Amino acid sequence: MDYFIELFCSGLSRGAIYALIALGYTMVYGIIGLINFAHGEIYMIGAFTSFIVATVLSILGFPLLAIVALSGVAAAVWASAYGYTIEKIAYKPLRHAPRLSPLISAIGMSIFLQNYVLLAQTSDFLPFPELIPDFEFMEPIAHIVGSSDIVIFITTAVVMAVLTYVIKFTRIGKAMRATAQDRTMAMLVGINVNNIISATFIIGSALAAIGGLLIASHIGQINFYIGFLAGIKAFTAAVLGGIGSIPGAVLGSFILGLTESFATGYVSSDYEDVFAFSLLVLILLFKPSGLLGKAETQKV
Amino acid sequence: MSNPILQVSGLTMDFGGIRALNKLDLDVHAGEIVALIGPNGAGKTTFFNCVTGIYTPTAGDVLMTRPGDKKPISLKGLKPNYVTQKGLARTFQNIRLFSKMTVLENVMIGRHCRTKAFILGAVLRNASTRREEQQIAEMSYSLLEKVKLADLANELAENLSYGAQRRLEIARALATEPHLLLLDEPAAGMNPQETQALIELIREISSDGQAILLIEHDMKLVMALSDRIYVMDYGKKIAEGNPEQIRTNPEVIKAYLGEDVDA
Amino acid sequence: MFSLKTLRTGVLISLWFVFLTFPLMVIKVDPLERIIQWRWKNALLVGIGTFLIYLVVQYLNYRKEHQPPAKVEDTKDQVSFIHKFIADPIQRKLLFGGLLVIAAIFPFVVSTYQTNIMITALMYVVLGLGLNIVVGMAGLLDLGFVAFYAVGAYSYALLNHHFGLGFWEVLPIGGGLAAIAGILLGFPVLRLRGDYLAIVTLGFGEIIRLVLENWSEFSKGPSGISNISRPGFLGMELSLEGSILYMYYIMIAFMIFTIFVVNRLQDSRLGRAWIALREDEIACQAMGIDKQKTKLAAFSLGAFWAGLMGVIFAAKTTFINPASFTFLESAIILSIVVLGGMGSIVGVIIGALVLILLPEYLRALSEYRMLAFGAILVAMMIFRPQGMIATVRRTYRFQKK
Ligand SMILES: Nc1ncnc2c1ncn2[C@@H]1O[C@H](COP(=O)(O)OP(=O)(O)O)[C@@H](O)[C@H]1O
Ligand SMILES: [Mg+2]
Repeated sequence: MDYFIELFCSGLSRGAIYALIALGYTMVYGIIGLINFAHGEIYMIGAFTSFIVATVLSILGFPLLAIVALSGVAAAVWASAYGYTIEKIAYKPLRHAPRLSPLISAIGMSIFLQNYVLLAQTSDFLPFPELIPDFEFMEPIAHIVGSSDIVIFITTAVVMAVLTYVIKFTRIGKAMRATAQDRTMAMLVGINVNNIISATFIIGSALAAIGGLLIASHIGQINFYIGFLAGIKAFTAAVLGGIGSIPGAVLGSFILGLTESFATGYVSSDYEDVFAFSLLVLILLFKPSGLLGKAETQKV
Repeated sequence: MSNPILQVSGLTMDFGGIRALNKLDLDVHAGEIVALIGPNGAGKTTFFNCVTGIYTPTAGDVLMTRPGDKKPISLKGLKPNYVTQKGLARTFQNIRLFSKMTVLENVMIGRHCRTKAFILGAVLRNASTRREEQQIAEMSYSLLEKVKLADLANELAENLSYGAQRRLEIARALATEPHLLLLDEPAAGMNPQETQALIELIREISSDGQAILLIEHDMKLVMALSDRIYVMDYGKKIAEGNPEQIRTNPEVIKAYLGEDVDA
Repeated sequence: MFSLKTLRTGVLISLWFVFLTFPLMVIKVDPLERIIQWRWKNALLVGIGTFLIYLVVQYLNYRKEHQPPAKVEDTKDQVSFIHKFIADPIQRKLLFGGLLVIAAIFPFVVSTYQTNIMITALMYVVLGLGLNIVVGMAGLLDLGFVAFYAVGAYSYALLNHHFGLGFWEVLPIGGGLAAIAGILLGFPVLRLRGDYLAIVTLGFGEIIRLVLENWSEFSKGPSGISNISRPGFLGMELSLEGSILYMYYIMIAFMIFTIFVVNRLQDSRLGRAWIALREDEIACQAMGIDKQKTKLAAFSLGAFWAGLMGVIFAAKTTFINPASFTFLESAIILSIVVLGGMGSIVGVIIGALVLILLPEYLRALSEYRMLAFGAILVAMMIFRPQGMIATVRRTYRFQKK
């Protein structure tokens, strides 16, 4: 039973991380209908930035709390800056191009960013500083739930709450929803669509960066290639939930996290990634609109 | 009297909560030119999409009786390519040409469903494939002559003027040898001279016995060509008759001009 | 041409990029030794580099805007020099004959090492032409192309290892198995929208690779399969040099065969249907084209070609393992097609030669190879989506009535 709970908890924290990344896919897709292939790399860059900042600060002797706060902020700021810039360079000029063009551009961007980090830093796995200490009060249940699982869980919950508030109640959130529904209409009622698209990329990137920071300190190492797999898995989660739907992305992420956790725990860990890919292929085949997405007929 | 070529009954189409078509009935007989008119958003294009298999209608039936057949066949739920193969071809309101292909090739695409060569034929280029290719090219070219685009045969379709693109769409649809030709606003965006030329073109096509169902806003064209007219509004049929009857129908005038104008 | 305002914008953009790349380009930490390295020079390089790229882009935009717009009659002049050159049958025969002679004597002029590189380049030409059918003509973004390549390679490796089958026997089997895999995958996935298709094929490619890595009883796992036989010549075993030479001529023949087939397909009934499908799926179906069947033909034909090349790859290297079949391999082939020109045979050939030979000969650049491939994909989409050598459609002549 303990093993089951352990798998369940690790599945939930996995799911929480996927959710942070999946939201970026789903929000961007909702607004411009593009699968932002480079989103996994944004997450990787977030993790790298937090790694660099945290290590520098720890060498300089900062206290742990300051390291956590500053590296988190740095990761979010730079990841957002990358997200913003990528949209301006690689997607904006292609807004009226044939559908495959921005997708190819996104794939190119993803390859470029991976190799950029590889060349600017290293191809080795780097040990990520332990930002989340083992809490004392967790000791009695530490063999089932790790402290970092709890931190991941709470952070994700807070982030989701803030995001929900932003999207539901703020001006920018309303403008985003309007743009997602009908871009031309949104433009006609005076919404600056370019700004809204940029804002979407910025918010999605910041979320991914937080996810990057959390998972890196949870797993304890990073390299330039972590974005590829995480990206595909988060995308799987987004599609599972119904791409374009924000609650769908969260739901899909938890389902994927739990599935993976139980499958590797009870079946085999060799095929960990095969599960995710197979799930992706199966959903797209049998329910491409996902659990909470709506099927649309293309207007002719 | 023989069965109509196209017999649509009770056709209904819902999009989420919107009922775009509401129990529509419509017939087209051999050799006829029938017009479908109505204000923007009335559901005319949706009607075409349901008949040609691009949308699957929520309810109702679409029957087709090909010349020589005794019994009608149902087109409802068939994929668009099968509908075309059975003998229905259409043009699109917002032009959908293959823009990176030449004008001639666009028409040659229309011959696809009447020809056979596949991978082996293409690679081996045997005698029957060569003959088939020759026939495809020649028939396509003669259709281009018919729509007065022969001089531009080797241009890319995207380089044509608006009016020429609309005529190319007609030629492309004719290349599939349809029993019934569906035209969705063929005169949209044309100047008066082009519209006049189009009227003559449609007359010429019709004079070969081709049945035509057309959607159009240009009343001059509709009145000049149509044997019968259907009028729809909010997804419903509100009137049906010959041009003279429609011209004087108070319902129609109300639908077009709004409630507060005395008819 | 460059106003003060554009220059100022350029400076601001450069500063933005200096900021953007600051943590990754300037700071390098060693967490074990606890050393921080500040590479300020990189910040300067990024700033200057960005500014120069900005100026080039501005200049290109300026030229584009100040060129008179092309008129319909001018489109013939935009056709690339190569296509104009080979439009004339005599010139075409001369060119092809010349190239054939060069290709025939090439291995006797250069070293074995260089012949070997050329074989690799020719393999990418053929792979590019194969993917060109799928992506360039039919518009199906297949990111799992390498999976079919792997099917071919493992077919030969395993059949050779377990049953001692030879190269020429397995060549059609490898291609056939890959084509069957293509049909099996294609049946369900070709219904999907373009972008989903890309992701599913990517996922499929990764599944194949992961299975090869983990199913050791079948594939020997990550350590791979070695001692695969080279192709024998009329039953004779060849020396290493001899077999490289032989491999080279096989590849030349193969490339000619591929060009012949693709060229015939491109102006056939099927080829037109592919291009129409790429241009507008709905109109295409409305013209009576069976979408599923047409896509499946392209997809499985591309897979067939990848399978054939997989067999050749296994025979050439005599050793394969799953690391040769990563997504990056698919990305390289895609870059070849995109750089050369989607749908363009001449373009893909030149694209493959440039992208594969350039990094081989400019060793200093080879480190930046993948970086450049990524940048090429982005830049081509933005500045020249038709590729280096745009495809030209066949023209027909008729007697006026
Ligand atoms: N794919 C679709 N999804 C949702 N609504 C649609 C779709 N296609 C058409 N409609 C709606 O159906 C109605 C009729 O549209 P349409 O048939 O294009 O009208 P018309 O051609 O008569 O101008 C409109 O309200 C339109 O918004
Ligand atoms: Mg309409």
